[in-house]
Amino acid sequence: MYWNEEIETMPRQDLEELQLKKLQSTVKKAFNEIPYYNKKYSAAEVYPEDIETLNDIEKLPFITKDDLRESYPFGLFSVDISEIKELHSSSGTTGKPVVSGYTKKDLDTWAETIARGLTMMGIDENDIIQNTHGYGMFTGGFGVHYGSHKIGAAIIPISTGQTRRQIEIMSDFGTTCLIFTPSYGIHLGEIALEDGIDPKELGLKAIGFGAEGWTEEMRQRIEKIFGTKAYNIYGLTELMGPGVGVECCAQKGLHIAEDIYYPEIIDPNTGKVIGADTPGELVLTNLEREGMPVIRFRTKDLTKLTYEKCECGRTHARMSRITGRSDDMIKVKGVAIFPSQIEKALLKAGDVEPHYMIIVTRPETLDEIEVKVEASQDIFFDGVKEMMAVQNKIGKYIENETGIRVKVTLVEPKTLPRFEGKAKRVIDERDLH
Amino acid sequence: MKIKQLSIFLQNRMGSLSKPLEVLSDAGVNIRAMCMADTSEFGILRLVVDNPEKGKEALEENNFLVKITEIIGVEMNDTPGGLTTVLKIIKDNEIDLEYLYAFTHDKAGKAILLLHADDIDKLIEALEENDIVIVSANEVYNL
Repeated sequence: MYWNEEIETMPRQDLEELQLKKLQSTVKKAFNEIPYYNKKYSAAEVYPEDIETLNDIEKLPFITKDDLRESYPFGLFSVDISEIKELHSSSGTTGKPVVSGYTKKDLDTWAETIARGLTMMGIDENDIIQNTHGYGMFTGGFGVHYGSHKIGAAIIPISTGQTRRQIEIMSDFGTTCLIFTPSYGIHLGEIALEDGIDPKELGLKAIGFGAEGWTEEMRQRIEKIFGTKAYNIYGLTELMGPGVGVECCAQKGLHIAEDIYYPEIIDPNTGKVIGADTPGELVLTNLEREGMPVIRFRTKDLTKLTYEKCECGRTHARMSRITGRSDDMIKVKGVAIFPSQIEKALLKAGDVEPHYMIIVTRPETLDEIEVKVEASQDIFFDGVKEMMAVQNKIGKYIENETGIRVKVTLVEPKTLPRFEGKAKRVIDERDLH
Repeated sequence: MKIKQLSIFLQNRMGSLSKPLEVLSDAGVNIRAMCMADTSEFGILRLVVDNPEKGKEALEENNFLVKITEIIGVEMNDTPGGLTTVLKIIKDNEIDLEYLYAFTHDKAGKAILLLHADDIDKLIEALEENDIVIVSANEVYNL
């Protein structure tokens, strides 16, 4: 089953021709319409006419999250605001957030990618999709929503939380497809079992999950709990949202919608493009975006690509599960957190910059973060009550900064490791890779 | 009159108490009295020593987090009800006591009670008005 058979099964040579045409027009448009690209490309002495083959993309400089942030809010838009129909923003990052703008056509393109993905998962107009992704500035909620409309399924926009209500609705409405983050999914399954409802009996056809790290073991666990297949969905706000890549029934990697996103894998240290089947950092380019074309975005996500034709018949490249990050961002409960945010919160709690360490664990199914902070004179008092207040205050500041509740532990001075050069502030014990 | 007490921040883990005590012993600092306030994760070790400045210095050299806190010592009868008399005065004067600990020493029939309150001057005043003997800091350091 294909949503767009012609495109999804297009011979690679034709696909690459199509990609080149789209890349050329995207670069031209960006260079002509967006001062950021004009300045950057002029400085690098590379011009739209230099893109003669797909490989010529390597001549173009990368764009990073910092670049996007500096263009806050609308600096990278290539159209007048009257053409922009929707605005989204990435969650919980340092400094200014990243804004993503969509024209009417962009929203349709976004829906198209999700429609292809849902079809890969075997979902069609007869299905009822329960979308537990949050509806808001986070792209997870609306992306799935628009895709569901496109295929004509019935969508339940329930958002995250209210777990018992989720279960009630699942069983009363006869939900056939669930969309969740892996950790929330396992939680949902466990609560259902506690309430005496076996998720296996609910007649689910497919699960789509994403927005945070997972392992093959977690997938198997989810599939066992719900008695159906679980498919990975990948995407990011900067490029559009979820739908950049979705797994097909073969579950052997995520098909990147290659007529819409051009993927490359680079060595994160040198920035050089590396070939297929070798792990590196994923770099993505919008080939089909009107409102805000993003060219050569460094995702910082580590993965690898294969161009072999899939057993499902699709010819589009497949990326493997994300195995890590090339920076120190951590994704917890679907929220992106940078150590610098924790730092900012700690600076509010005391006058000096403390030494700290972030430890991420997943004791059962939900992520937990512990922040170890070295106590210092300005946060040390001769009273347990005062010390508890200090801990709570730090926790509150971190929660305000990141949106995530963490456990704060004060430790003795000079007990946390010291680093020469770049500090390694995060210990991820979730074993996701 | 106020006694300089060392308050030391410690993590609540196995063996964390022995290191600071070793440091003090190596520095030739003698401990007069001690108490520990703890939670599941951290604790505050409170010590009265013969030479608080020297003790603080030695501990800080060994990376301990130390604060000098002022407390007072009062002499009470080492008999049933000795403590109650003192506590009643504190209560009647509506003083919020943060913590206390006590120890006995060579002086027969007497014990020393160590007290800490937010308003330590008010505490001293109230006790003196009621003829409670407040021991001098030097007396406690040099017991």
